[in-house]
Amino acid sequence: MRLSQEEEAMRAGELGPAVQWAIDHQIRVGRYLGAKDFVPVNQAHIMADTESLGAAGVEWLEKLATLPATQRHVRIPTITDPRGTDFAAAARLRQQLWMVDLERRAIAAFEALGILMTNTCINYQTIMPPVRGEHCAYGDSGVVIYCNSVCGARSNFEGGPSALSAGLTGRTPRYGYHLDKCRQATLVVDVAWTPRQLNEWGALGGIVGRLTGDYWQVPVLVGIDRVPTSDEMKHFGAALASYGSVALFHIVGVTPEAQRLEDVMPVGQNLRSNAVSESDIRGFIASYAVDKVDLVVFSAPQLSLVEMQQLAKLLDGRRVSIPLLAVTSPQVKPDADRMGLTERIERSGGTVLSGMCFYQSYAREMAEANGWKALATNSAKLTNILGGYGYRPMLMSMEACVDIACTGGKVAS
Amino acid sequence: MTERIFYASAGMGPKVQALALVAKDGFSARYDLDRVRGVFSRPQHKLAGESYVGRVLVLDAAKGGVATAWMLHEMKARGVVPAALVLNAVNPIMVQGAALADFTMISGFDVDITSVVPNGAMVEIDPSAEQPFIRII
Repeated sequence: MRLSQEEEAMRAGELGPAVQWAIDHQIRVGRYLGAKDFVPVNQAHIMADTESLGAAGVEWLEKLATLPATQRHVRIPTITDPRGTDFAAAARLRQQLWMVDLERRAIAAFEALGILMTNTCINYQTIMPPVRGEHCAYGDSGVVIYCNSVCGARSNFEGGPSALSAGLTGRTPRYGYHLDKCRQATLVVDVAWTPRQLNEWGALGGIVGRLTGDYWQVPVLVGIDRVPTSDEMKHFGAALASYGSVALFHIVGVTPEAQRLEDVMPVGQNLRSNAVSESDIRGFIASYAVDKVDLVVFSAPQLSLVEMQQLAKLLDGRRVSIPLLAVTSPQVKPDADRMGLTERIERSGGTVLSGMCFYQSYAREMAEANGWKALATNSAKLTNILGGYGYRPMLMSMEACVDIACTGGKVAS
Repeated sequence: MTERIFYASAGMGPKVQALALVAKDGFSARYDLDRVRGVFSRPQHKLAGESYVGRVLVLDAAKGGVATAWMLHEMKARGVVPAALVLNAVNPIMVQGAALADFTMISGFDVDITSVVPNGAMVEIDPSAEQPFIRII
């Protein structure tokens, strides 16, 4: 990789060992993936729940945090993905003390590095949405795909170590979705039926994700008959990134780089084309079905204020008889409190959680401690992840999830 | 048996030799593994129930989200970790995770690597060779 004078100085340790580690890490990654140089980035977003970090990762962060302040602080605005707990609810979730302690230690280390503890995976709805063409270093696959596709920003999947590196150096290796050539479509998806509910958008994302195959594929959708909402794009993108490891999609006439199909079609190439029908979407949803669930979870991604309002309205005057968890961001939660949404959800027996995400919060251990085996959710992303954690997930609309929570978890036949 | 060697487009980490665990399926540490017990845990995965500890995983493509970037480091620290990853297609997360953990990984072949390496074969991985390779011993 070509290095600037400043980057050579970083590599030589002139800016301290944290920056030296960071640029060395980035060079190793960049070389593997064919980057020729670095690109400056304006924002970084770090996924670093302690279930992923483990004790080893927290100790590693704590070592960085012991460096002098002038050597350990990030150089660009750097924010965080959800934590592994909501401290106010850890006991109710039966999370163990060691998990909470590990979270506190990780937070202390991140704060010492100058990182803003936003604890959110919907920063594009609540913190600072990127501008079209802005180069970023985002963690959380849902954040990357939304910002790349809907906002027209430029980021690869930057896992925790790489996002932290970008925070420390202010740059990232220039490969993948920082390059024009990687942003062209590689397959066309003809959608014959536009989803209406969030779980249907997630199902469409799951289907397209299965079609794509790997990270380097860019699907372009045709046939979507209206402009989707931000929450619809959120669920679609999160599921697409989850099922396909995909970081960028286009929707003709909707997303900024694909006002026309030709805008994202590679010149002189015929792309493979796939059709998705309403029955495909219904079939996908039906493939996640169980007889009875132990809890209902709204999470992954965290709920927007609008979703919180929708949930509160569905719960008004009703009473849940199995746990119902609604997970939102620390930015939305105060508004939900102020506007009475939290009170309405909790008056019905639901629990509002903030700053965590269900699958990033020791989901396996929570299942064992609470006897949870089957779960209903409107998040296709969550259904994809939780099988590996020992759950049997069911994908339903928000309305159906609330109904099932109010009828003891039994699924109507 | 004839020795066979397959060259990769990129690699990193130390040289290793171990038994291969092969499937035409994806890989994500978060989605697919019970990292405490050291087994594939996603019921739909073709290696569900199999132990991955100390094995060279020969799989199709990196899947899922970003957690593997930390998890390889965490798994290695506890010693409940594969010996290496051999993939047809990586995503950046696998590369970032391998870089942090100094973990052996190679990827990018001119054949479907899952179709040419027999499950259970003893293999050698050399990521530091001029052209990284997997060799069936």
